[in-house]
Formats: sequence, structure tokens, C-alpha cells
Amino acid sequence: MNTFAQLIASLDQTTKTSEKIGALAAYFDTATNQDKVWVIALLSGRRPPRAINTRLLREWAAELAQIEPWLFEETYHIVGDLAETIALLVHNAQPKKSSTTPLCSILNRLHSLKTEDETEKKSYVLSFWKQNDYLSCFAFTKFFTGGFRLGVSQRLMTKALEKSTGIPADELAMKLMGDWDPRTISFDELVLSKVDAAQEAKPYPFFLAYPLEEAFDALGEVTQWAIEHKWDGIRAQLVYRGGAVYLWSRGEELVNHQFPEIEALQDQLPVSCVLDGELLAHDKNRPLSFGALQKRLGRKNVSEKLLAEYPVVFKAYDLLEYDLKDLRSQTYEARRTLLERFNFNGKLLLSERIMPQHWNQVRAEKERASEVRSEGLMLKRLDSIYQVGRKKGGWYKSKVDPMTIDAVLTFAMRGHGRRSNLYTDFTFGLWRENEEGIAELVTFAKAYSGLTDKEFAAVNQWIKKNTVARFGPVRQVNPELVFEIAFEGISKSGRHKSGYATRFPRILRWRTDKSAKEANSISDLESLVIE
Amino acid sequence: MKRTLLEFTDSGIYCPKADVYLDPWKPVSKALISHAHADHSRWGHQHYISHEYSTPIIKHRLGGVEIASKKWGERFSIQGVHFSFHPAGHIVGSSQIKVEYKGETWVFSGDYKTYDDGFTTPFEPQKCDVFITECTFGIPAFKWPSQELVFDQIQQWWKENAEKGITSVLFGYSLGKAQRLSFHLREEVGPLLLHPVIHAHNEVVGSVKPLPHHQKLDKNLDPKKLKTALILAPPNAQDASWLKKWMPYKTAAASGWMATRGARRRRGYDTGFVLSDHADFYELTNAIKATEAQHVICTHGYTDIYARFLNSKGIYATTADTPFEDEPVTTEERTS
Repeated sequence: MNTFAQLIASLDQTTKTSEKIGALAAYFDTATNQDKVWVIALLSGRRPPRAINTRLLREWAAELAQIEPWLFEETYHIVGDLAETIALLVHNAQPKKSSTTPLCSILNRLHSLKTEDETEKKSYVLSFWKQNDYLSCFAFTKFFTGGFRLGVSQRLMTKALEKSTGIPADELAMKLMGDWDPRTISFDELVLSKVDAAQEAKPYPFFLAYPLEEAFDALGEVTQWAIEHKWDGIRAQLVYRGGAVYLWSRGEELVNHQFPEIEALQDQLPVSCVLDGELLAHDKNRPLSFGALQKRLGRKNVSEKLLAEYPVVFKAYDLLEYDLKDLRSQTYEARRTLLERFNFNGKLLLSERIMPQHWNQVRAEKERASEVRSEGLMLKRLDSIYQVGRKKGGWYKSKVDPMTIDAVLTFAMRGHGRRSNLYTDFTFGLWRENEEGIAELVTFAKAYSGLTDKEFAAVNQWIKKNTVARFGPVRQVNPELVFEIAFEGISKSGRHKSGYATRFPRILRWRTDKSAKEANSISDLESLVIE
Repeated sequence: MKRTLLEFTDSGIYCPKADVYLDPWKPVSKALISHAHADHSRWGHQHYISHEYSTPIIKHRLGGVEIASKKWGERFSIQGVHFSFHPAGHIVGSSQIKVEYKGETWVFSGDYKTYDDGFTTPFEPQKCDVFITECTFGIPAFKWPSQELVFDQIQQWWKENAEKGITSVLFGYSLGKAQRLSFHLREEVGPLLLHPVIHAHNEVVGSVKPLPHHQKLDKNLDPKKLKTALILAPPNAQDASWLKKWMPYKTAAASGWMATRGARRRRGYDTGFVLSDHADFYELTNAIKATEAQHVICTHGYTDIYARFLNSKGIYATTADTPFEDEPVTTEERTS
């Protein structure tokens, strides 16, 4: 457990991918085979079952730290992470030694703990906390509370495993797919055994669009370009080889299990091929909001209900391989012509393209972006080849400007950690008439500061002087300050008081020229929604 | 009985009977200064009174101001009110200020820590009726490890970097933390280089409390020949352009805030060492109990939470807003 806790600490101490890979590879070089299997499981989202709910963990931690529940909650709010809060409160500052219990025995125990009674669970957890240092307590508590959030993707983990074992990462990614149980599988079976299919799963490196800063006209002759809408989903490659479908995200992670409906597309594909396209939440006729797609992300199991409620399609826009032949050095026009011969319906759709005759036509199409629920336009040069990474010249993206609205600051919440004395999280309201015909402010979005340091300091000073009520870390302020809030999208929501949910709201500027009365209303917000 | 010996005004903590302020934040005629950090010792007062160790530091930072120096425990009267300075253990010269009048005693803590760091004059608890306390780290998540453990971690980090040919850059506040670090760190694997601002502070602090000599970081040094060095620099040097010359390097900060992962990550340090010159939650509580005060006023940090905690323990506590900062402000570095 000690070496695992150290690994967590080193991964946490760097943002550099190369150093993370180095730290993980060094761990794989020295750890026991059983522990390695567990680390692979943990870093590929295969956590042990939740043996204890967090309510009990909080209770026990507060009890051990001899503090009242309210103080635990306040502390948790400031620290921001439950396992970290608990570890800070309960760890033994002078432990005799750090935990030498092997990681695999702790995780195996967590599997069996689920069926034990509460007294046994409690005594096991408390004795661990009492005996161990901060790092071990943190790692241990994380097993119950959730992901480690170390910036270690499955791809990064397989890279490290490649470095340690010499087996290519793509082959490893293939091996780590699907259902396996860290309690029963050995390292040899999982990692070292030969797999022939691996080669067949491999995606191509993605070609990425360059943001277009200039006017469309700067791209020259309009007839050299095709345009498509920039779909608001997840970029993906659909690899169909040897009778199986492999779905790769742009992070080059296999996401088959998250999208079983796409995996089932094999019957619709004529020959082995690789399609480049977008995973998109989509009903019968049109794309749904990104919010709908989000409901489908990061899940280990996708229920029938979820599949029905948030259906996902693969909207193809390019063909990279056909009948095992790599087409990337052919022109976009040639690839696209071949692609359009496919059978598009149901879950496999074609991203429609327009061959513009004039740049005004492009500008007009961009205006339609929110109507068709796209983020803007993609411009693709007809004679361009499919390159690797973000290159100028071939593909450009032109995003629509965010929507904006003027809203009134109503609540401010202090930040975490170092910024705990500063108000960094702001709540904004828009006007709406209540039943008695009186205008009141209704919360419509929360946003973090997008202000300059100077404005930020001034707003903080103002908040301290204009507090009308305090609720723990939150202050209600006089409704006086107006800010222009930008957001990427808006949709109806039963969960929000205003009736609408905005996507990626942020502060654009402080409207010192406006009084609260001049701020926008909920009906102004409504007018931005496109049905 | 309502006690009014000290009150909180727009200009600072005020003693109306003596017409003096404690660590005022607006210019006043007479100011008692708990310690030399910029948020407590501000420019523009007509007369300053401080502990004798603080005097040269305040003069270094504020220029030619008029300061009367006092010794620890030396009682002096202003319009019949008795004042005295007592060690607060925060940085060199940092003092609690005791105010006594007709049997009523108030103590203003300034910033303090109760842990004896081996360099700063250790905190001495003072009995009083009303205790004005800071509570920068007043939530139970803050529980400091022993400094021996932390210095070992720093030495180990320095050694590992040096072995890889990577320079170590350690950020700590130029007044207080930097002296504590340069007093304790051992040049086992390479030289300890002091950022000019810290070097200047060490000279001044060294005039009241001896410090080991360390080399000053200057433009003429050749980074290639000094890869095993540890550079001690103020936090606002994190984005300074001279740092690029020292590539490859690793950064770390020594601060109480480093106890939480979020704080370290937000500031972009590679490593954090938990080393604070403020009392942790548990030290605060012990210090407050030792004062036997009937009323505690919490001034900066997690004031609401900490006051509620004290009340739940049967200690009457209220809060007061002050513009004092969590840890010494970064602008302090610009004044020198």
C-alpha cells in the first residue's frame, strides 16, 4: 500500500505526461504482478464495489477526529475533496511505519467487506486510519469515495505499461478492453499473453482543424472548399476490421462499452473500413444538446433506459481506410466520394456537406448553427490529405460567438484552499415578474471569475461591504452589480429554477455602466432558446 | 460588562483611552506594530512603536520612519494605559500586544505560531480578559507535521533533483519563512542561493539574530555550473524571466496552504512542503485556552467557522473583519 500511495503522490506532483508515464512505468517495473493487475484495474475505471457509503465514512471520520458534524462539513467544503478531507482529519501524524500491507490484499478485502456488518466495517476502517500516515489514508479512503483524478487516462496508463513491458500500447489497449476481474485474472493472462486481434483494432492519429481567425474570404477561392457543420459531440474513429467494431475517442481510448449501439453497426458496414466522425446524441430527426450526450459519458454500464432516453449516433465525415487500404494520402474529395456510397441510416449518419459558390453562402450557413444545433462550421479543402495532428491549410473550424446576457450578482461563495478568503464563485440572477407582478431575480447561472485581478479584488471588497446574509461559505449580496455572462448553449431544464440550463457559463465583463434594473430578464433568455 | 478598551474602526484596532492604533491599515498619528509584514506594518503613520527586533526590518521596508523600540515584556504607558510586547513566534520580532487599564487586560495576537521553530523567539501565552486572535488555519484539516520531518523532506527533494542535474527552486515568503529555511537547511548536495530580496532581508534580520551566510543569486552566476543548487525565492518570482536560465528545474513551495492538493495545484508548484508560521487549528485552540480569556475575537482566516467552534466548546467568541491577509502579501516583495 505504501508504494501505491507514493505512486499516487508522484502522479499528483506533475502535470507533465512524460513524467507521469515515467512514474507509472517505474511502479510497473517493481510492483508485484498481483498489485500491478489492481493498479491497471483502478486506472481503467474498475474500482472495487462501494463497500461503505460516504455518509458513514463522514460520520466515522468526524468521530475519530473528535469534531462535530457541522465542522466536518465546513472543512470538507473548504478542502473540496472528501477523501482528502478525511485523510487530513484522521491521519496519524506520527505513524510508526507506513502501511506495508500489499495493495492486492486491501482491495480483495474491500470486495468481501461489502457483505460484512457495519461494526466490522467500522473497526476495519478506523484501525487503518489510526495506524497510517496521510498519504496511505488518502489512497485508502479514495477506494471508497471515487476516482483519483490524477490526470492519468487509460491511454497514459497503457503507454506506461508499454514502457515497462515492451508490448505496444495499442495492443495493450486492446487487451485491457472488456470484462475482466482483477481478483481472478493474472498479470500474465491480462498483459503478457499473445493477442492477434490487437493489430486489427488500431485507429489512425486524428487530423485536427485549425481555428480560423480571419474572415472566410482569406481562404481564397470558395469553390476549393466544402463546408460542414461542426457537431457538438465527441470526435471518434470507428474501426471495423475482422468482423468487429472498435470505437476510439480522440484521447485514443476504446469507448465501445459506453456506446453499445455503435458497436452493433457492423451489419451496416460493407467491408473493413475506418470512419472518422462524431458521436452525437441524436433523436430521430436532429441532434440533441451536448448535455444529453453527457448523460452517456463516463459510465461503466449503460442501462436500456439510458439508451432509449439519450440515443447516440455516429455521424461520419471522413473515410480513412477502405477494404484494408489506407486512404489518408488521397484527397478529401476522393475519400468523401467513396464515403457517400455507404448506407447511412439509423445509428450511422452522414455529416452533410455543402459545396459553396460564394463566401456569403458560408456566412449564411454559419448563421444557422444554433438552429441545427452545431457549434459553427468546418471548412475542408477539397484537395487536402488527412494529416496527423493540428495543421494549417487543410481543415479549419469557425465557431459561432457565444450567447451573452446581462445578469445581476446575487450570491458569492468563497473559494477553496488558498483562495478560501476570496469570493470566487458567483451566482447570477435575471429578472422575472412573480404572481403579484413584482419583479424578482431568479438564479440562472453560476460562474467563476473571468475578471482581471484588479476587478476581482474590487468585486471582493464590494461583496464584503454589501453582504445582506451569510449561509456558511455563501454570502447573499445587495443586487446591484451587473455582469455580462457568456455561454455556449442553452436548453430547457426542469432542475433549474429559471427553467433553463446554460452550457459553460462564464463572466465576460463587468458592466459598471449598467444598473441592476437594466439587466436582462428570463424572457430575454427564453428568446435565445431555439426549439 | 461591556469591555471597550479596544475597538474596531475603519482605520484599525483602536484604543480610545490612549488614542493609539494597533497595526492600523490607514495612516494614523500613533501606531503599535505587531510585526514587520506589510499587511500589519503599513506606510504613512507619524509615530511607530514596535519590538526592537522589528524596528530595523520595518525601517528596511518602509524607509526612514520614526520608530520607538521596546523590549519583550517592557511595560510602557500612554495616557494611563499600559502596553507591552510579548513573543508571538510568527517571525523575528513578531509580538502579541498586551493592553491593560484599570484591571482589564486585552491581548492582540498579531500573527502567531506556538511551535518553537528554533530560530524565532518562541510564543509566550498571556493571560487576559479579551483575546483578539488570528485564525488563518482555523479548520481541523490543518495539522502541521513536525518541522524536522518537513526539513528532511526538503533535503531529500533537493538531493533527488541534484542527482538528476535538476536545480531546486523553493518558494517561501521573503520575511519569516525564508529566514527559517535558510537557518535550518543544510548545504549537503549543493549551494543554497538566495534571491536578492531574501538576501537583503537575511542581512537585516541577521543584524538582530545571527543567520548562516549564503550566496546571493545574481545575474553573473553560471546556471550550468550550479545545477545542484537550491534557490530560495519569494513566491512572486514564480513567473520571473530569470528562472528560465535555470532550466531544467523543479519548483516547490513551503507554506501551510500546501497541506491541501488543490492549493498546490492551483499555484502550479511541482511539490508542496507543509511549513507554516501560523498556528494550526489545534495550536490555536490550545493557545486560546491558555489565555483563559472570557471573550475571543477572531479576526482573519476562517473567522465564522472558528468562532462557532469556540462557542461550541463553551468559549465565548465573536468575529471582526480586518484587511489582514492569510499569509504575508506578495506586494511586500515589491517594496524592497
